[in-house]
Amino acid sequence: MKSLENIIPKLVIAPGLVLGFAFIYGFMVWNGVLSVTASRMLPSYDEFVGLEQYVRLWEMDRWRLALKNLGIFSVLYVGGSMALGMGLAIFLDQKVRLEGVLRTVYLYPMALSFIVTGTAWKWMLNPSLGLEKLMHDLGWASFSFDWLVQSDTAIYCVVIAGIWQSAGFAMALSLAGLRGIDDSIIKAAQMDGASLPRIYWRIILPILRPVVFSTVLVLSHLSIKSFDLVMALTAGGPGYASDVPATFMYVMSFTRGQIGLGAASATMMLATVAAIVVPYLYSELRTKPHER
Amino acid sequence: MNAKAMTEKYISRGLVYAVLLIAAAFFLTPLYVMVATSFKDAEQIRSGNLLSLPNSLNLDSWRLAWDSACTGVDCRGLKPYFLNSVVMAVPAVLLSTAWGAINGYVLSMWKFKGSEMLFGFMLFGVFMPFQVVLLPMSQVLGYLGLSSSLGGLVLVHCLAGLAGTTLFFRNYYAAIPRELVNAARMDGAGFWRIFWRIVVPMSTPILMVTLIWQFTSIWNDFLFGVAFSGADSKPITVGLNNMANTSSSVKSYNVDMAAAVIAGLPTMLVYVLAGQYFVKGLTAGAVKG
Repeated sequence: MKSLENIIPKLVIAPGLVLGFAFIYGFMVWNGVLSVTASRMLPSYDEFVGLEQYVRLWEMDRWRLALKNLGIFSVLYVGGSMALGMGLAIFLDQKVRLEGVLRTVYLYPMALSFIVTGTAWKWMLNPSLGLEKLMHDLGWASFSFDWLVQSDTAIYCVVIAGIWQSAGFAMALSLAGLRGIDDSIIKAAQMDGASLPRIYWRIILPILRPVVFSTVLVLSHLSIKSFDLVMALTAGGPGYASDVPATFMYVMSFTRGQIGLGAASATMMLATVAAIVVPYLYSELRTKPHER
Repeated sequence: MNAKAMTEKYISRGLVYAVLLIAAAFFLTPLYVMVATSFKDAEQIRSGNLLSLPNSLNLDSWRLAWDSACTGVDCRGLKPYFLNSVVMAVPAVLLSTAWGAINGYVLSMWKFKGSEMLFGFMLFGVFMPFQVVLLPMSQVLGYLGLSSSLGGLVLVHCLAGLAGTTLFFRNYYAAIPRELVNAARMDGAGFWRIFWRIVVPMSTPILMVTLIWQFTSIWNDFLFGVAFSGADSKPITVGLNNMANTSSSVKSYNVDMAAAVIAGLPTMLVYVLAGQYFVKGLTAGAVKG
């Protein structure tokens, strides 16, 4: 009886662990295997080509452009969402009325699909009838805004829509952090004659460092995985000017019949996310006190 | 308080509210534009601008978007895609949540040698880029005869959501006092009895968080939907994207906007009705371990 009691939990969790690990690590290895084959339209495991797909990948202008776009997008999206979200959290923390309503308003885009967001912003940023027409109607006749259809600016439209969607998330986390800070710290600093902006910059921000750190981490990994928003807003275009690694991987694997190359690009994405996330997970698990 | 300090206080309060309200306008404008545009006809779209009010509550675009707008040669509107998403999301949300609850229960209250480490390795599944699983998964779905089917999408969402739901429940259950469970064990209660009698009745908040979180991410998913669905199993996000990106000669932005609102409505509704749980899920997603 005793031994049965001990074995039940393990039996119960076994399917989750086995399938979960197969999905995460098994597929990771499988994808890695595909990336060293010559697979094109269909996966084939007959021909081992070593790192050839990776060499091809890094020689492709399209891949390098996708990486450059990812760099631009990540820095501006993470930085912009963080700055706007943190700023709003600080203003919200000044004991304002209607705080609940404002919070709800700032955060609702997070509940929407990136496809919905992308579709909406595509309409607003379209060069003929969108923002440009609005500014003309408001009397700014020379205003011109065609970023969405220009190769070198399309990615910035993705940044704008991305920040709109995610700033509320940074706000929610920052606000939770601010609420954890004792009011007396601010009061004491005010007694010493420090101005409020100075208090926030020199005292509060350093206290919030862990919150900022985890928010940046989550936003960074989201930016590396970002796929939907680009597909809905620019579909990687014009041409492939606003391609990012995730859209590159999809196009190569599912429409261009370059499965080996697609698998290689997925591996590169995995390596990037792992480099950011694994140290974080490791430290989180290490510092956690063990109950037993 | 002297007059100067009073004025300063008023100015700074005014500034705080001004900033907050401008920000609110920034977040609300796209929603307004979507809804306003959906009520306009083509003529009003040409003559007006983004912010202009529609002349009347014209529901034509909504009707078109729902059941007769064309994507290529398919003129069934969004309705079939919407139904696909419902048929896919309901079982996927329930199964992945129940599975996560059981896993979280074991990993918090029935720890065994190595279970903490296994949990740590499982956590990476929350962050991993799913691009890595696309190619192997599509082959596995083929082996199982589930290619291009809603059943296949349900399976994928259960597997992809497992790490997250396990994490939610495991962290929540870890906070339940061990004495409670130990006392029940002394009284001879077994694994399932403790689960159903003690743990499940305490789980309402985390159940809400997980159900809402899973529903939002599965309803909003595009990557799996576009990679694994066939002609008759495309979810709403894929339907919307195809409709809005279809390269017809005349762009019907009013129909696109009505379609976008329809696609966003279910998750918006959940957010409005149960926003507090949604926010808890978001913050729990960032503060792991």
